[in-house]
Amino acid sequence: MSLDLTLRHNFGGFALDLALSAPPGLVALFGRSGAGKTSVLNAVAGLFRPDCARISLNGRVLTDTERGTFLPPSTRRVGYVFQDARLFPHLSVRKNLLYGQRFLARGAAPPDLDEITGLLGIAPLLDRSVTGLSGGERQRVAIGRALLRAPEVLLMDEPFAALDDARKAELLPYVERLRDRLGLPILYVSHSLPEVARLATTVAVISNGRIARMGPAREVLADPTALPAFGPREAGAVVTATLTRHLDDDGLSALMLGDDELLLPRIAAAPGTKVRLRIAANDVMLAKTKPEGLSALNVLPARITEVREGGGPGAAVALRLGADQILARVTRRSLRELGLGPGEACFAILKATALAPADVVAETVP
Amino acid sequence: MDGWLSPQEWQALTLSLKVAFWATLLSLPLAIGVAYALVRGRFWGRDLLNGVVLLPLILPPVVTGYILLIVFGREGPLGAFLESTFGLVLAFRWTGAVLAAAIMAFPLMVRAIGLAIESVDARLEEAAATLGAGPAGVFRTVTLPLILPGILTGAILAFAKAMGEFGATITFVSNIPGQTQTIPSAIYGFLQVPGGEASAVRLVLISVAVSMGALFLSEILSRRVARRVRGE
Repeated sequence: MSLDLTLRHNFGGFALDLALSAPPGLVALFGRSGAGKTSVLNAVAGLFRPDCARISLNGRVLTDTERGTFLPPSTRRVGYVFQDARLFPHLSVRKNLLYGQRFLARGAAPPDLDEITGLLGIAPLLDRSVTGLSGGERQRVAIGRALLRAPEVLLMDEPFAALDDARKAELLPYVERLRDRLGLPILYVSHSLPEVARLATTVAVISNGRIARMGPAREVLADPTALPAFGPREAGAVVTATLTRHLDDDGLSALMLGDDELLLPRIAAAPGTKVRLRIAANDVMLAKTKPEGLSALNVLPARITEVREGGGPGAAVALRLGADQILARVTRRSLRELGLGPGEACFAILKATALAPADVVAETVP
Repeated sequence: MDGWLSPQEWQALTLSLKVAFWATLLSLPLAIGVAYALVRGRFWGRDLLNGVVLLPLILPPVVTGYILLIVFGREGPLGAFLESTFGLVLAFRWTGAVLAAAIMAFPLMVRAIGLAIESVDARLEEAAATLGAGPAGVFRTVTLPLILPGILTGAILAFAKAMGEFGATITFVSNIPGQTQTIPSAIYGFLQVPGGEASAVRLVLISVAVSMGALFLSEILSRRVARRVRGE
């Protein structure tokens, strides 16, 4: 199962020119608004005909401008979840969900309504009218509707952009479940880095219509050269630590990251649980020698692997902590005064309270 | 009713209802097609089509009736063809009144349906296409249900217009009691003879009731279409 595409299109003043291949798993298309991300999804769905493109899904050619192939949207077998849900106002939730099934090829086993509604937690909504649904419910119904048409690829265009953080936090686990259980390629457009860090298997950074950087999510997120594209205030690497014990008196939890112990505000999970942490580069300080009398609880021995200086006063520093890689953002002046450069040993300092709750995720037990 | 209306008035009323019913029913599918083409279509001659559809609204009805007489009269090119091929005669028959009423009511119907089509969110139709619906399927399952109240509004307005059509009808099919005398022609006829005022007034009251009823009904339905398309 995979989606392969190359496409070029001139919008006049802005050109889209990219190629990517999406295996099962979640490929996040990350970039600023107007970077051309939605056009990529529309090209895959057949809602947009690029000047020059070749798009194939599991070996089936959907678009090939050279040969004049352009399948209509209805025969492409894509599931599209739009930013604005686009539920049919004249149909009930159940009829919205089952809409695609009446067009399925005969003989094909349709996806099971109970299974999908269970996966998305929308079974109680089935007989409601769509007009009374909340934003989060609408998006879950839209996801269910796209899945029930038996797609071979799932396209999601900032599905939660219109929701507040609390609603978003409720919905992200559903997307994680889809990613892990469906075995479908998912193209997920987003400009929210925490969302990408949490969901993506692969990240493609799109800037000015081109792919600036693409690769496995952890590698790309920990790559100092990609830091400007993510935004220096937002960028951060993702690591997985194991929860070892709770320090109840202090309200903290201890985790092992490689051979080092991390202390973080209490995490609601049992010891032994794997916890994914997104550590923002801005929250990491560096010290040449192990500091004494410091309030920060986490002082981890590290080695600098790469330094990337930008045009401004800051520099992105890639650090290796055992087997893990994280990013730090410090000033060029600090690096110079401390005499730190690639290959040097140092200490990475992380305040226990620095991590945002949305960036600490106990991984669901498979 | 029989006691209240004279046989001639009663005939005029039933004939008007029959003419308006058939004029509305027969022109409805064409009006939906033309409205869809005018709103969504990008083709050569779209402005021309729009002009032709609106023409009966602008032309003096007598002119429309005269043109119909020339084209669909027994000697006219289409009239002769219809008579020799299908044995269908329009001029001076109630069938001709149906044609005249349909043509005069057509612009109203196309307008109302066109407005409903314009208010349908094309993004819903895109969503339907990605869910597997071909163009006909999208129209049947999304566009048509959403514009249904607009279609009803158009049909009601057209029905009322057809009930009241006078100029083109009297020119094309004349004013033959029991055959082509609709309510407006009957009112006109009653006013030409001494002592006909009472009959005229009764028919006028019926006309007013039908028109007001149609207006109210179409108002209610057009509010419903707006709500439905907004998704409330």
